[in-house]
Amino acid sequence: MPYDVLIVGAGPAGLAAAIRLKQLAIENEKDISICVLEKGAEVGSHILSGNVFEPRALDELFPDWRSMDDRPPVDTSVKEDKFLALTETGSVEIPNFLLPSQLHNDGNYIISLNQLVRWMGTKAEELEIEVFAGFAASEVLYDEEGAVKGIATRDVGIGKDGDPKATFERGMELRARQTLFAEGARGSCSEEVMEKFNLRDGVQPQTYGIGVKEVWEIPEENCNPGFVQHTLGWPLQHGPLDQTFGGSFLYHMAPNTILIGFVIGLDYENPYINPYREFQRWKHHPEISKHLEGGECVSYGARVLNEGGFHAIPKLTFPGGALIGCSAGFLNSVKIKGSHTAIKSGMVAAEALYPKLVEKEEFICCESYEISEDEKPQEVVEYQTAMEESWVYDELKEVRNCHAAFHWGFLPGLAYSGLAAHILKGKEPWTLENPTPDSAKTKPADQYSEIVYPKPDGVFSFDLLTNLARSGTAHNDDQPAHLRIKDSLKSVVDSNESLKTYAGPEQRFCPAGVYEYHEDSASGDKKLVINAQNCVHCKCCSIKMPHEYIKWTVPEGAGGPNYAMM
Amino acid sequence: MRVLVGVKRVVDYAVKVRVAADKKAVDLANVKMSMNPFCEIAVEEAVRLKEAKKATEIIAVSIGPKAAAETIRTALAMGCDRGIHLTTDARTDQELGPNSVAKLLAKVVEEESPDAIILGKQSIDGDFGCTGAMLAEHLKIPQCTFAAAIDFDAKTVERETDTGTEVVSFPSLPAVFTADLRLNEPRYATLPNIMKAKKKKIDTKAADSLGVELNEGNTVLEVFEPPPREAGIFVDDVDGLVDKLKNEAGVL
Repeated sequence: MPYDVLIVGAGPAGLAAAIRLKQLAIENEKDISICVLEKGAEVGSHILSGNVFEPRALDELFPDWRSMDDRPPVDTSVKEDKFLALTETGSVEIPNFLLPSQLHNDGNYIISLNQLVRWMGTKAEELEIEVFAGFAASEVLYDEEGAVKGIATRDVGIGKDGDPKATFERGMELRARQTLFAEGARGSCSEEVMEKFNLRDGVQPQTYGIGVKEVWEIPEENCNPGFVQHTLGWPLQHGPLDQTFGGSFLYHMAPNTILIGFVIGLDYENPYINPYREFQRWKHHPEISKHLEGGECVSYGARVLNEGGFHAIPKLTFPGGALIGCSAGFLNSVKIKGSHTAIKSGMVAAEALYPKLVEKEEFICCESYEISEDEKPQEVVEYQTAMEESWVYDELKEVRNCHAAFHWGFLPGLAYSGLAAHILKGKEPWTLENPTPDSAKTKPADQYSEIVYPKPDGVFSFDLLTNLARSGTAHNDDQPAHLRIKDSLKSVVDSNESLKTYAGPEQRFCPAGVYEYHEDSASGDKKLVINAQNCVHCKCCSIKMPHEYIKWTVPEGAGGPNYAMM
Repeated sequence: MRVLVGVKRVVDYAVKVRVAADKKAVDLANVKMSMNPFCEIAVEEAVRLKEAKKATEIIAVSIGPKAAAETIRTALAMGCDRGIHLTTDARTDQELGPNSVAKLLAKVVEEESPDAIILGKQSIDGDFGCTGAMLAEHLKIPQCTFAAAIDFDAKTVERETDTGTEVVSFPSLPAVFTADLRLNEPRYATLPNIMKAKKKKIDTKAADSLGVELNEGNTVLEVFEPPPREAGIFVDDVDGLVDKLKNEAGVL
């Protein structure tokens, strides 16, 4: 079945692109066919984000969203912005005026991005955009000249042993004149496409953070809707020059919800760091636990986010398609916001693609139901140019050196961010280099001692598997593990190098308990066990694994977490 | 042979359910819903009959809110020919009980005159396991419940019991069958089939327009979670165990 546009990923960028395309089609009375594919069981199943939302792009996509009858779930205005530096038992509040303006949230909203995306999904369906959830794009399809011509969905019904079962169904090929990849950070098809078309030539490697989040329901009388708090310091940073990047967020959303989480830069060096357990022990700090009193944890999840900023943005276009949203990497790591830039990038792509798609009427799929042999897959470079001229690039340029500045320590990094935001605004003539990917930053375990984390108390903190049940994660058990060891790196795994040199950090950084080392009963040696069915699709392993020995491939569609209030 | 299959929209089996604050029901806000797993098995059985050319038409029927139409679409994507959607705003996990559902389905059967009615043996929210049997009683037709295998030619059904399976025969069609776990492994709804299913017809009517008394006669007093599991203890020997069972647990 051919489409004019195929979008992989029904997240903020993908749905914004689809909706904007249809808006243009309606305005110009020239329809085009659009298909959005989503690997989660439903639109929103895999969406997780803090989220303090800057409505700038939503205002552009739906200018009248505030007065709509079925308005989007963007209701809790930010009322208070607090920034604390924590010590083990106390805290120091950093006054607002000292913080870069980028961290001020007037005019912003505390939302569940998950619920906003679900709302966008219903709007897309109203516009007769075909959205198919539960289908995973597992293969990018290329024509004879190497241009992208679409994707193929994953075969289903293959057993754990790799053989087809009775329920085997071949995946479907979806062809499109333009394919937009909107898979979020570290998208599996996006990474392949970036490599194939050398889109990362001349840009810094992308670096990431792992975000671990919980949603709590608290007694309504304790809820202070509009309260935003970020913390640095304990337990992650032990001193002002500590190089580990990360901190927490805590937001109160009406009527009775707390959104709480922890982000750790994956460029951390100490292999004993356990992001999940840092998050759990942080919750016991009196400044934090006071918010959770009498509450119940109802949801848990994790996802990586881009921290590379401006200098890590790849080339955006290739023959046959483009990258939008976090797949490209437009998150502003100083603002800690990427949803508004993702939505904007989807819109900019739509505005660049649409005129190209309807230029020659005879090529439009919507009418002809086929892709003409005479049309060569276009590379819509106008999307790249438009992005470079948009406010997305303006804001990312301003903070382009900030994340790298944190390599001097977190206080210097904060100071630089303040300097950059108020004075330099990205115009400084230097670029702080960040050439090392996160996986290469991990130092050998013999340089550190194991971190002893406190046991979870079951009230404020929980063990990983109890929390994992709150993510609604389910995969069909009887399928091959989707987390594949790269052929060229099999020796790394066989020799247990990760365990011997780095004390097996994958046992600690995976927020779903996928990777374990079990003692083999026969030889007494420790062997890697991959519990792929626990996977929450966060992509952390594909980034931080020593030598990046894991290739993250997509499992059967509809598997993975089922987030609702995230 | 024409087959009617019942499909119910229930909480997805992988969801960790919570009790609502008022303790009167399970909290269904923002919870993932899917087709009841036993209904999937029922649909699969019906579709296999069509593929074996034993059935000519399969109708999927669901009683539920507006979103239940998606459940019917999934049944259509698996291979059913058309759908019937009886809409209701009553909670189908507790307000609308098996007897009401059976009476509504009986009305549908009267209108459609199928030769076989296949339902799931129970739903995973209410877990009553009564609808199929009640439906057969209302219609005064044979019932073969907990089916692990159905042979329409020999007119026998292998059914699950607590001690194994037994084979029963049914005298004639129409009859009601309820699907148990081992009946089959349901197929995936593939993308091409989902696309085709969009064009299949679903008839929608309000459940309370069928002239059926929907008062179940039951009221849910309270919904509560089971008490948290307590830690076990080790005993030193059998005497210690007997002592605990007799004097502490009071079961001997």
